[in-house]
Amino acid sequence: MTDTIIHIFLLLTLPPLLLGVINKTKALFAGRKGPPVLQLYYDIIKLMRKGMVLSRTTTWVFIAGPVVTLAAVVLAGMLIPIGQFDAPIAFAGDLIFFAYLFGLARFFTTAAALDTGSSFEGMGAAREVTFACLSEPALFFALLVLAKISGSLKLTTMLHSSTSAFSVAMAAPLVLVSIGLFIVLLTETCRIPVDDPNTHLELTMIHEVMVLDHSGPLFGIILYSAAMKLFVLGTVLLHIITPFQMNRMWLNWPLFIVEILGLAIVIGVVESVMARLRMRHIPYLLVSALLFCGFSFILLMRYYK
Amino acid sequence: MILAAIAVLGFSGLPVFLFSLRSAMGQRLAAVCMVLGSVIGLAGIAASFYEAVVPTLCLPWFLPWGQFVITIDIISVLFLVPVFIIPVFGSIYGLRYWKQSEHLENGRRLVFFYGALAGSMALVVVARDAVLFLIAWEIMAIAAYFAATAEDDNPDVCRAGWVYLIATHIGTLCLIAMFALWLHATGSFALNSAQGISAGAAGTIFVLSLIGFGFKAGIMPLHVWLPGAHANAPSHVSAVMSAVMLKMGVYGLIRMTALLPVTAAWWGCVVLIAGAITGVAGIAFAISQNDIKRMLAYSSIENIGIIMIGLGLALLGRSQNQPEWILLGLGGSLLHVWNHSLFKSLLFFNAGAIIHASHTRNIDQMGGLAKQMPWSMALFVVGAVAICALPPLNGFASEWLIYSGLFHTLGLGDGPGFPVAAIAAVPLAIIGALAVACFVKIFGTVFLGTARCEPVNDAHDPSASMIVPMAAMAMGCVCIGLFPMIAASWLDSAVKLWVSLPEQTVSLTTVVRLGWITKMNLAFIVLVAIIAFALKKLVRTKVISEAGTWDCGYAQPVTRIQYTGSSFGQILVNLFAFILWPKIHFPAIRGLFPRVAHFKIIVPDTVLDRLVLPLFKTAGRNLPWLRVLQQGQTHLYVLYILVILIILLICGTIGV
Repeated sequence: MTDTIIHIFLLLTLPPLLLGVINKTKALFAGRKGPPVLQLYYDIIKLMRKGMVLSRTTTWVFIAGPVVTLAAVVLAGMLIPIGQFDAPIAFAGDLIFFAYLFGLARFFTTAAALDTGSSFEGMGAAREVTFACLSEPALFFALLVLAKISGSLKLTTMLHSSTSAFSVAMAAPLVLVSIGLFIVLLTETCRIPVDDPNTHLELTMIHEVMVLDHSGPLFGIILYSAAMKLFVLGTVLLHIITPFQMNRMWLNWPLFIVEILGLAIVIGVVESVMARLRMRHIPYLLVSALLFCGFSFILLMRYYK
Repeated sequence: MILAAIAVLGFSGLPVFLFSLRSAMGQRLAAVCMVLGSVIGLAGIAASFYEAVVPTLCLPWFLPWGQFVITIDIISVLFLVPVFIIPVFGSIYGLRYWKQSEHLENGRRLVFFYGALAGSMALVVVARDAVLFLIAWEIMAIAAYFAATAEDDNPDVCRAGWVYLIATHIGTLCLIAMFALWLHATGSFALNSAQGISAGAAGTIFVLSLIGFGFKAGIMPLHVWLPGAHANAPSHVSAVMSAVMLKMGVYGLIRMTALLPVTAAWWGCVVLIAGAITGVAGIAFAISQNDIKRMLAYSSIENIGIIMIGLGLALLGRSQNQPEWILLGLGGSLLHVWNHSLFKSLLFFNAGAIIHASHTRNIDQMGGLAKQMPWSMALFVVGAVAICALPPLNGFASEWLIYSGLFHTLGLGDGPGFPVAAIAAVPLAIIGALAVACFVKIFGTVFLGTARCEPVNDAHDPSASMIVPMAAMAMGCVCIGLFPMIAASWLDSAVKLWVSLPEQTVSLTTVVRLGWITKMNLAFIVLVAIIAFALKKLVRTKVISEAGTWDCGYAQPVTRIQYTGSSFGQILVNLFAFILWPKIHFPAIRGLFPRVAHFKIIVPDTVLDRLVLPLFKTAGRNLPWLRVLQQGQTHLYVLYILVILIILLICGTIGV
């Protein structure tokens, strides 16, 4: 019970911190002081206190976009285990529900973007749905690998067993899967090299351009759920790349926090040392993620033969 | 039992009533008859549950071959339910959509063949004799032809009708060959279990039925007739064709595989691969189109692909003796049959309302209909979310079953595996992502933004007789989405009829926990409600101002600069250019003051327009000497028959 409460608490409060850490890392690399680590919390609180401007073109879909996205991401967050602890909700087949919740969020985000009738937002929506068509199969190859290793269709068991029942033979597939999943993570959370959250040119954006017309509390919800999505996908990735655990159970909570902040630093480093890819080259990156996960599946099958 | 038979008869015969009437009364009466027929039919289904044995009816039969045998077992029932429900709502919808007084020349014909179509489909699923089955099958094909080509003064409609007629008869030809083999192998036309026949004969029958029924269902290279026929038929006919008639192909395949002994793994693999190709290519074509009904038609092909993936998994499970794969695969695919008939008819009804309002089928000329048609828009959202297989609606429930089955083929734990099949989960994921892209494209271009053309401006929600059928379908989507377990026991007994499972204790409810779907979906809805409520509380005291779309500060936006459906799908079309082969017309822009340029992207059907039609044309050019046989004189044809009969007689006497 306590674990569930801590889980929900972390899920709801920690995400904006990750973006703060990423931005701080980037600032350090650029030799700047950078915004405070807690900046996103301030931003969200500020936005929540503001009014809204709604376009005359829009309908209820415009508001449904952020609302449905937040609900989907929170629910997805309840399905993943954090650190060594079980997820609050776990059932056989929850991995598919997890993947499709993001699909639902995508449906309403892109619909809300089209609701404004702006061509910029149309571009963002078109890119978002296109790149999802490539990241989704990579994600499912990764899920197949994890399901095979763990022999289970529960995310909790799947993710735990990749850390606990670790053998050398699994190492190669897991390394490949984690590279693939890392690319999926960067895509889904719109980080460099796929998307630049800080760009000033709307023509080159993906996620940010879809939410140009959202303001006030709606925009606050969008920022919050984007951070939470990073948190959720990052947690999934951490299970594969950091198979550590403490001998005292409660110590695993601080360990997890350190790990996820470490992941944020890694993302910050990647963003600092890489340039954003040209839009037409992004599919190649995503196909490479697909290939990593696909080869990992084939390696694993070879092992079980 | 007898009740159901009455319903079937009533169905096909009743619409004749209106032949004497030209006024709206006739059509109304026909709709009443349809309702009556369906009520009797559903009552018959309910009655059949209370009988201890599977109800069978034999009637005297006038033909020398076959018998009139009909049986209602659970597989028939599963397919009968959509047959009894969807066309009824379609006919109510048709009252307003295809008003008799506005379509004097073809209204009555449409109503008659529409009823005949519904009746013959009901007969197809209960017929348990090959001859009777083929007769019902042919009536269905012809009735669908006449119903779909109601506007036969339009050349497009005629062409689509011809393609359909040719395709369906090639399919029927395969079925005739298949049943001839069946007669040879089993010794009778009766469709009873034939577990004893040799593996070779079973394999040949299976391949022939896959091709024959594949033409009807629209499995990918055989789908040529489908987009044109669906796009050009009246919307309620498209709805019935897509939601119910395609499923007759699926029914045929499920029935034949139930009767045949499945031993080889290649059956399942073939169906699985065909399903994956059909699904991915179908939805890729859907994205590339601009005609709303063609998009929906291609998306039907995609859904047939999903159903085939489930069926392939079940066949594989049978050859490998894995009850879990069978349950999840066939259960998922049967549930998807229901689900698809619900949301696809909803979307086709909706498309009809949209076309009524905007007087065009090209989505690039629509836009901003949400303000004028709020009800249609809300119902379209339900249909679109359901068809994208997103929670919390019904499409997710069936795809979840199929996914679970595919993951089971990995060989979880110590169980045996067939991991190659599990890879099918990946195309299924691609289908899911592409479906989201496709339906966001339709929804966004049609309903959101602002109007792109003038005529759309007088659009309005359709009247109640068109809205109510849509709402009923949407209710169905929500119910099955939230409570998929209501169908579980039916699916379970259907699977057990399809194959006798080694352990009778295994059932769908023990393999997967459908209850979790309910819990999660309800949790999701509650979560959305909480967030929406909190947001409402939060902004209650705040200033909410209205303004034009910001558009990055562009001061004078014109409606034409909006992203169109074509531009929305363009990246994906380029990505899938290896299947779609788009014709892109992209004039080079030169100089400081370039002339007016038009960008155009057309995606013809690769199989039909690039393969079949050129092939037919070449054949027509190069093989004129074959026409020697074709003289156009009846007595000459009778002579041919005589000659062949004599040859056969001689062959028979010498005993070749």
